[in-house]
Amino acid sequence: MVKQPDKQELLDFGYQAPATPWLDTPVDFRPGTYCHGAKGKNLEAVGFPNARDWSPAEDDWKLPDEWQNTVIEGIADRMKKYRSFRLFMDVCVRCGACADKCHFYIASGDPKNMPVLRAELLRSVYRRNFTTSGKLFGKLAGARDLSEDVLKEWWYYFFQCTECRRCSVFCPYGIDQAEITMMGRELLNLLGLNTDWISGPVANCYMKGNHVGLEPQTILGNVEFLMEDIETVCGKHIEPSFNRKGAEVLFVVPSGDLYAEPGTFAFMGYVMLLEQLGLDYTLSTYASEGGNFGLFTSNEMAKRLNSKIYAEARRLGVKWILGGECGHMWRVINQYMDTWNGPADFLEVPVSPITGSKFENASSTKMVHIAEFTADLIYHDKIKLDKSRNDHLIVTYHDSCNTARGMGLMDEPRYIMNKVCNNFFEMPEETIRERTFCCGAGSGLNAGENMELRLRGGLPRANAVRYVQERHGVNVLANICAVDRAALPAVMDYWVPGVAVMGLHELVGNALVMDGESVRHLDMRGEELPRPMVQEESVTLAVDSQPVAEAAPSDLATVTGEGEKGAGKAVTDA
Amino acid sequence: MHKGTRIIAFIAVFLIIATMPFLANHGQASADPEVSLDTPAVNEMPVKQCIEPLQDMRSEHMQILDSWRDRVVREGQTTYVNSVGQPYEMSLDETCLSCHSNREQFCDSCHSYSGVDVYCWSCHDGASNNSNGGVE
Amino acid sequence: MKIGLPLLAVVALAALAWLGCEYLRLQVLFGVVLPYLALLLFLVGFVYRVVLWGRSAVPFNITTTCGQQKSLPWVKHDRLENPSSTTGAIGRMILEVLLFRSLFRNLRTEKRGARISFGSAKWLWLGGLVFHWSLLVVLLRHLRLFLEPVPVVISGIGAVDGMFQIGVPVLFLTDITILAALAFLFARRVLAPRIRYLSLPADYFPLLLLLGVVISGILMRYAFKVDMLQVKEMMLGLASLHPQLSMSAGSALYVHIFLVSVLFAYFPWSKLMHAGGIFLSPTRNMPNNSRQVRHINPWNYPVQVHSYVEYEDEYREKMRKVGLPLDKEG
Repeated sequence: MVKQPDKQELLDFGYQAPATPWLDTPVDFRPGTYCHGAKGKNLEAVGFPNARDWSPAEDDWKLPDEWQNTVIEGIADRMKKYRSFRLFMDVCVRCGACADKCHFYIASGDPKNMPVLRAELLRSVYRRNFTTSGKLFGKLAGARDLSEDVLKEWWYYFFQCTECRRCSVFCPYGIDQAEITMMGRELLNLLGLNTDWISGPVANCYMKGNHVGLEPQTILGNVEFLMEDIETVCGKHIEPSFNRKGAEVLFVVPSGDLYAEPGTFAFMGYVMLLEQLGLDYTLSTYASEGGNFGLFTSNEMAKRLNSKIYAEARRLGVKWILGGECGHMWRVINQYMDTWNGPADFLEVPVSPITGSKFENASSTKMVHIAEFTADLIYHDKIKLDKSRNDHLIVTYHDSCNTARGMGLMDEPRYIMNKVCNNFFEMPEETIRERTFCCGAGSGLNAGENMELRLRGGLPRANAVRYVQERHGVNVLANICAVDRAALPAVMDYWVPGVAVMGLHELVGNALVMDGESVRHLDMRGEELPRPMVQEESVTLAVDSQPVAEAAPSDLATVTGEGEKGAGKAVTDA
Repeated sequence: MHKGTRIIAFIAVFLIIATMPFLANHGQASADPEVSLDTPAVNEMPVKQCIEPLQDMRSEHMQILDSWRDRVVREGQTTYVNSVGQPYEMSLDETCLSCHSNREQFCDSCHSYSGVDVYCWSCHDGASNNSNGGVE
Repeated sequence: MKIGLPLLAVVALAALAWLGCEYLRLQVLFGVVLPYLALLLFLVGFVYRVVLWGRSAVPFNITTTCGQQKSLPWVKHDRLENPSSTTGAIGRMILEVLLFRSLFRNLRTEKRGARISFGSAKWLWLGGLVFHWSLLVVLLRHLRLFLEPVPVVISGIGAVDGMFQIGVPVLFLTDITILAALAFLFARRVLAPRIRYLSLPADYFPLLLLLGVVISGILMRYAFKVDMLQVKEMMLGLASLHPQLSMSAGSALYVHIFLVSVLFAYFPWSKLMHAGGIFLSPTRNMPNNSRQVRHINPWNYPVQVHSYVEYEDEYREKMRKVGLPLDKEG
């Protein structure tokens, strides 16, 4: 396991400017702040160029010959392909509004983590090669040659951006550092420069269908265990189907939910809900990854991985697709999937067979978010919920960057939250909804060797959680993102101990009253409920009549586990 | 070109706005304002001389009038002595407009040409002197 | 260096025009040739840059959503922060262009020990907004020099701008506000350590150039007393392509005209093009409706995929063992 950095050392920074200008400050590869280099075999598996083993810590990065030309041509090519790229290279006025909006800057004070400067790392090379002023005036115009040091600096900082888009919200021109980071990473991938923690999962997703490389029989085995857990919790035996032709709905979840706590609890929640509804759905072992690690390498790779979802929906002959709780998966589904791999004309406009609601907003993609699906069910009173089963939890909600700023799914989860638990408290408004803070590990940064970076990146989020922990005794951080579930437990344990990380549908699973279920003594985590839910008569009434209770924080803060089981699990597994 | 029509429309609007002064003046020879000194009072003057030299009057007449107003209304003075020692009554109506009795052809022609918004006439009725060409 | 050089450049430019007209009598150059050249550069450059952007594809719909999406009919949709239609996107763009909506969100982040706190930070928004609106009013006011007769709207703007009737010539409010806003934006860049750190000479130069334009304009009106009649004759001459020079108009006028010319010529090749760029920004000008309306990528190309057939071939035995349905019994 990774050695935890010292808290005082981590907090020993300020926002003052360094003495040397950024153009003259070399990059410092400090262990704990960057990931291992990509392995040759993983690059080879998907046909990425310059496949070889290499280490960022070494001087020689084993770059191909003529690498400068490759990069410059790569820039030229992408400027034609992406208006965003060319425009964002040109129109920044360096007003600095984005500067203190990045979680990595806020928690490190490193000026090159200001989105504007991170973009300037690439802009300076763009100016040198593509603008007259840059060619004429050089450094005076903020232009510089593409040297090996510059390239290393790109690698270091473009893998210190989680593509969370918070900067873009505040930018007067909407300049999106995520877009610039994506371009930067595409260019780096032309030279075989990626991280192990991204290229490994990419190869796995491509060959095996999911990022940890679960083979079909392993997926089934894992799910079988989870079904046993469900039986322990509620006495119901459930057998979800896989790869079943003729089902009405294909259900795609982030693969983290299949094997790693606390995502597995969310998965149990989905399955219990769908079972209770009697929905005719199937899962797939081929399209067993909703997430898309390709997005962290190149557009083409992302499209290649994403293609499996539509392909599988077509092969199985389903009518529409339901998607689980995942952040960048939904950025992809909302903003890329139909464009890449559509049109999905072999599917039907999604209609919930339970409520009859037509999901008009997904009429072309034919893919519905489970939070939309569940919110619709609750709104139409189609499920029974016993809120009090979540009374031992005092919950706050973390908007995932991608669903907030790349989709706008904000009120559906909150609506569900308010229907399934009594103690729900929002974090400060500067830290939620479109202004939400990243978990610090998105876009493929959830490795172990960069733990210092992750803990720093998670600090602004943790800081906001601590605020509600102190005021309301919050002990659960709910979310709808698989990376959140993998990354935030470590962040919470480090900065705000006593806060568990929970998928929204874990809370739903706790509250869901199933037909023929046994009296619940345990919550989804198999932990004793504070008082057994014996008063079965009252159960059915508990839909939404109870006011939000201000529970005594001291009693409750220690009830749930501190998430140590989940912490870093995905890291080591992957 | 993605949304090409809109981009072309945007460029067209930009060009129209940016070249608006040229379009508005197209084919129009610039007509200078005619400042008329043709009033009975001026015509009767043996030497056509205002209260100060012409150049000063051109650039400073607003300051002179402004200071006249202040000195008359706030300090109760009535007499202005010019640069060569000649006294004049500090009065727009009695002094200025007695010679320049043609407001439209004299004051207004320049002011409206150069788009200068004067507020003399919100108190003074410059038009009343026009008909008989003078106070006498 | 970062600040000194741009400052020197602006002072040198002003001095050049002053000396050129005062002593070398180069009024033709500074009053006719260079203004026309600058305008030409401005027009051609602006169009060139917009066309260049326009020719880049917009492969994906990458709206930055800043509010609730349109989903279920009973969920309140934020039409402006997360538009789902072109109308909504236009509304969002109007808010952005006219009111600087995004900048209005600005926050100040502070760290005290282990705590991070956020405060309101509207000064940048205010400074930026005041500058841009003042500039617009100033530009519109100047149209009185280019149009004959002066349209009522234009003289009306001048009248409102000078409504406090302070001094003679009447003090324009926008002269004060634009000067104050530019001074603020400049001071912010120089004094805020973080902003100074990330600023380039290319950030100071336009600010100082604009300050030069504004100051020379103000001096011309209140100190050097340029004859308005001559100015208008000259401007009308330029606008009707029958340039007529006034050799007696005073060099202050030429300094002003020259600095404006430099600004116009510099504009398209600099960050000032954000003025045109904002309209093309894909994160702001697109509706977030890509699940409802398929967005087309003009360069979308087929890619190599790992098909189900290959997958089943690789895992057939393992799949059979756990009872997964197979397409081929092979």
